[in-house]
Amino acid sequence: MTAPAESGGLERRFLLGGGAMLPLLAGTATAQPTPATPAHEGRSMEMTLQVNGQAHRLALDSRTTLLDALREHMGLTGSKKGCDQGQCGACTVLLDGRPVLACLTLAAGVGTRPVITIEGLHGRDGGLHPMQQAFLDQDAFQCGYCTPGQIISAVACVRQGHAGSAEEIREFMSGNLCRCAAYPQIVAAVQQAAPLVEQG
Amino acid sequence: MRPFSYDRAAGAPGDAGTTWLAGGTTLLDLMKLDVMRPERLADINGLGLAEVRLDAQGLHLGALARMAEVAGNAEVQRHFPVVAQSLALAASQQLRNMASLGGNVLQRTRCPYFRDPSHAACNKRNPGSGCGAMDGANRLQAVLGTSDACIAAYPGDFAQALVALDAEVTLRGAAGERRMRFADLHVQPGTTPERETTLRPGELITGFTVPAGPWAARSLYLKVRDRESYAFALASAAVALDLDGKVVREARIALGGVATVPWRAAEAEADLRGKVLDEASATRAAEAAFAAARTHGENAFKPELGRRTLVRALLLAKRMEA
Repeated sequence: MTAPAESGGLERRFLLGGGAMLPLLAGTATAQPTPATPAHEGRSMEMTLQVNGQAHRLALDSRTTLLDALREHMGLTGSKKGCDQGQCGACTVLLDGRPVLACLTLAAGVGTRPVITIEGLHGRDGGLHPMQQAFLDQDAFQCGYCTPGQIISAVACVRQGHAGSAEEIREFMSGNLCRCAAYPQIVAAVQQAAPLVEQG
Repeated sequence: MRPFSYDRAAGAPGDAGTTWLAGGTTLLDLMKLDVMRPERLADINGLGLAEVRLDAQGLHLGALARMAEVAGNAEVQRHFPVVAQSLALAASQQLRNMASLGGNVLQRTRCPYFRDPSHAACNKRNPGSGCGAMDGANRLQAVLGTSDACIAAYPGDFAQALVALDAEVTLRGAAGERRMRFADLHVQPGTTPERETTLRPGELITGFTVPAGPWAARSLYLKVRDRESYAFALASAAVALDLDGKVVREARIALGGVATVPWRAAEAEADLRGKVLDEASATRAAEAAFAAARTHGENAFKPELGRRTLVRALLLAKRMEA
């Protein structure tokens, strides 16, 4: 359900690049201005994000995307950073119940709207969500990198009534790329889970 | 991304230093690429401006209505199919959930030289620096409305529906509110490709009005892409027809994927007026639409693809029950 808090999460890679340091590192880093990116920080902002039913109080640089807030500041690394440009869908989360791209959403703009990530999905008994089970049953992934985004989109596809045909599923899910090309199995998984996921 | 301040806009007009943030799907992407470098973002998502309403005058759309919401509206689908289809065939479900109508019409070009600052030459991004696309990778770039300075294609779809149907856009700025023809919003590159619209500094798009007309119900958007979904148009056509039997009383045509701005094909419309609509007359109209096309190597296929797209769109619209 919840990923362990990773104190080392910030050290894995510097996704913002250049001198755009994350706030927690600013105190320890030596300022090294580069011509391309000013070394000074964006404005730090306090916010409370509602993620998977829990409130997270955070102080974040104004530039922080919802995806970086989830992955780097809450330890929720299920949502993946594929392209970071809104092209691949690996970062798809539910915002107010609708699938959106966390990489093109500023954390500061989320406000009180509820966010659901792959970590927030579960079945009635607390085990796997029917869509997660269907992805396993149908072999709907190979490397698995796109899978969290696929499953979030798939849940929205059914809930919003767009799983009526394979064609409709493919169209709704076309923003989730799978470079292993598991598309036929993904469609089969959505069709398997559809009767088990509530619409509305 | 470079540092910026973030505030929620309270409704006051902005000034020249304000960049409005709505869906963010273009803006944040281009900020990450270091193409756009705003210092102050004003988040307008709390301003409302989300109406989707039909009345006797036509269709009223708030600038902050989301693409997905309008695309899925049953009344819009029925009475203004070209509007709903242009939105539904754009982007992906996630992007349509995020992107606002006002932001969508201001989407910046996908020209690779514009989007990548490691290319020194781009007159749009860096005026006077030259054009990398002119003799470079220009398969996706424009053949209509180009200039010696820029051939970057306008990438959107919804704007073609608005141009074809003679929509108006409502703007709010320091001098108050004003309305103008949507067709006057975008400007061709000419010698100043960095100037893309007639918006005044700090001005905000608040909405669109699409007038009702006998052609609105018999309308459609046909989009030809490299793949069947989630791709920009290689060529597209927004078409609306008012027919008297087989004879064209009025045709409204706009073209996408082939031009530097949302492109009204006035010559093709004039060519069709009073004619029986069939493959021959549609083909003649399509030839008129692309008579001024200029190609640049890789995009040499576009006039022919554009003509065929328009012919097919016209014949499909003729067969609609409306």
